[in-house]
Amino acid sequence: MMRYLLADPARLRRIGLGFGFVILVAVLTLVNQKPWTPEALSGLNPWVLRLGTALVLALLVMANIRALGLLPRAAQVWGVWIELFLLLMAFFWSFDLSFSFIARKIGFLITQGVAMTLYISALSILIATVIALVGAVAKMSKNGVIYGLASFYTSLFRGLPLLMQIYIIYLGLPQVGYVIGAVPAGVLALSLCYGAYMTEIFRAGIESIPRGQSEGATALGLAPAQSMVLVILPQAMRIIIPPTGNQFIAMLKDSSLVSVVGVWELMYLARTQGQTEFRHIEMLITASMIYWLLSIGLEYAQSRIEARFGRSNAR
Amino acid sequence: MPAEPLVTLSGVHKSFGAFKALSDITLSVAPGEKVVVCGPSGSGKSTMIRCINGLEPYQQGKITVAGRYLTEEEEVGRAVRQEVGMVFQSFNLFPHLTILENCILAPQWVQGKSRDEAVETARRYLKRVDILEQADKYPIQLSGGQQQRVAIARALCMAPRLMLFDEPTSALDPEMVKEVLDVMTDLAREGMTMICVTHEMGFAQAVADRVIFMDRGRIVEQAPPRAFFTAPQSARAQEFLAQLLH
Ligand SMILES: Nc1ncnc2c1ncn2[C@@H]1O[C@H](COP(=O)(O)OP(=O)(O)OP(=O)(O)O)[C@@H](O)[C@H]1O
Ligand SMILES: [Mg+2]
Repeated sequence: MMRYLLADPARLRRIGLGFGFVILVAVLTLVNQKPWTPEALSGLNPWVLRLGTALVLALLVMANIRALGLLPRAAQVWGVWIELFLLLMAFFWSFDLSFSFIARKIGFLITQGVAMTLYISALSILIATVIALVGAVAKMSKNGVIYGLASFYTSLFRGLPLLMQIYIIYLGLPQVGYVIGAVPAGVLALSLCYGAYMTEIFRAGIESIPRGQSEGATALGLAPAQSMVLVILPQAMRIIIPPTGNQFIAMLKDSSLVSVVGVWELMYLARTQGQTEFRHIEMLITASMIYWLLSIGLEYAQSRIEARFGRSNAR
Repeated sequence: MPAEPLVTLSGVHKSFGAFKALSDITLSVAPGEKVVVCGPSGSGKSTMIRCINGLEPYQQGKITVAGRYLTEEEEVGRAVRQEVGMVFQSFNLFPHLTILENCILAPQWVQGKSRDEAVETARRYLKRVDILEQADKYPIQLSGGQQQRVAIARALCMAPRLMLFDEPTSALDPEMVKEVLDVMTDLAREGMTMICVTHEMGFAQAVADRVIFMDRGRIVEQAPPRAFFTAPQSARAQEFLAQLLH
């Protein structure tokens, strides 16, 4: 079987294409509940109509892929992006959105929602970075007590759902006599949770630097903290930055969980602003697009930072 | 020499878990003395000199450096390391810093020198190892021999009283060995106290006051280089030298 497939690349390609086509037709047939029904054929079995519509659509998709294949690579990428984006827009369009409602609300979504989301995320990532640094050093400690503390922390906060951590901090701390606001509770939960994940990122980055570097620094008389900050971390940064950027993007979206304790960030506003006029879907789609835009912005910033760090470390 | 020794080891034992890396090492090095350490792989040469600057803790016995009793305490270790320069087989230059920055880092942060002062010292030593023109390059842009000369200059910038070398030329291509040995020979001529793990016999004959032969964590034989190389006493040393010459 394997041999039959791999022996002849052209045959493999034909089989693959045929297979893809069949699956596409099958999926479209099953999913499409409103097949194209011209007057003349209206008496036919609906499944036949579904199959016919699916075949036409699948052929269009295949033709489209073929056509894209003729373009140079960069144009292919753009072509795919534009087509899929238009499809997504068509999907949204089908909801019959009220754009005047969106236009009325978007200003508030941005000035209040985006501002709060960015504030919470940026503050949390900052605190999480500090926690991660301390956590990573603690996790590499020879001292059992310190290692115990650090490993318990990372285990607990990676092990509980973030939503649970937010509830526990917001509802639990007042039980022991410390009343905490919704925003600080959210920031605390996000920082602790992401600090635990980033502890592992930082530890891996630090451990990737050869032993000789810290020995060289020690032999020159540098104290452990000096050696860490002046010699190890600057080198580890190249390994730490890319996954940390991913964490930041993930946190931007996880900050939406803070809406459960009533923080007026983007997600909360998206859920509440549409209520009075029963325009939920408008707000949810708008907020989704804003999250996406913010993520794209962050991805771009991340690639710039990586490029810069790569250069200054060009050895 | 009547002067007080700069380094003493007395009855030093060191193990890694159950494995005994050093057994009952006793040694004293006078100021200005040059000691070459040799012996088969795994005999504990690196371990011994790493103990002398506190990079490795030891379990029994006593090590003193410049009159200071070297304990496991962090502060003591750091004080000792300021008196002791160390050059590694793998250079251990900091790749994210230029050559000059490599040399001024410790003087600035450990000795609290101003940048100008540290740069002046660094330039002097870089000139001495004949690499001043490369001061603004990064380590990776230099050849192995050049990197090792930078490593020596970097250690000298801390004005150490003792220099430790752990096989400084064994990671180098043959044509670069000489440039590093020349620098070390100059340093010896100027009176630096040196303990040097190396199998470069020419260097040992020219520079060493004493050769120490180690095997299985023990000092088996000590002699002036001429005596050691021409008439080794122990069977192990004879075997080792025969292999070295093969
Ligand atoms: N960190 C360590 N943990 C466990 N064993 C070690 C460690 N460092 C060294 N050893 C062991 O101690 C012994 C002595 O090692 P050392 O590096 O001092 O030998 P060496 O004489 O320098 O050898 P080489 O010529 O190969 O450098 C070796 O058997 C080595 O395996
Ligand atoms: Mg060694």
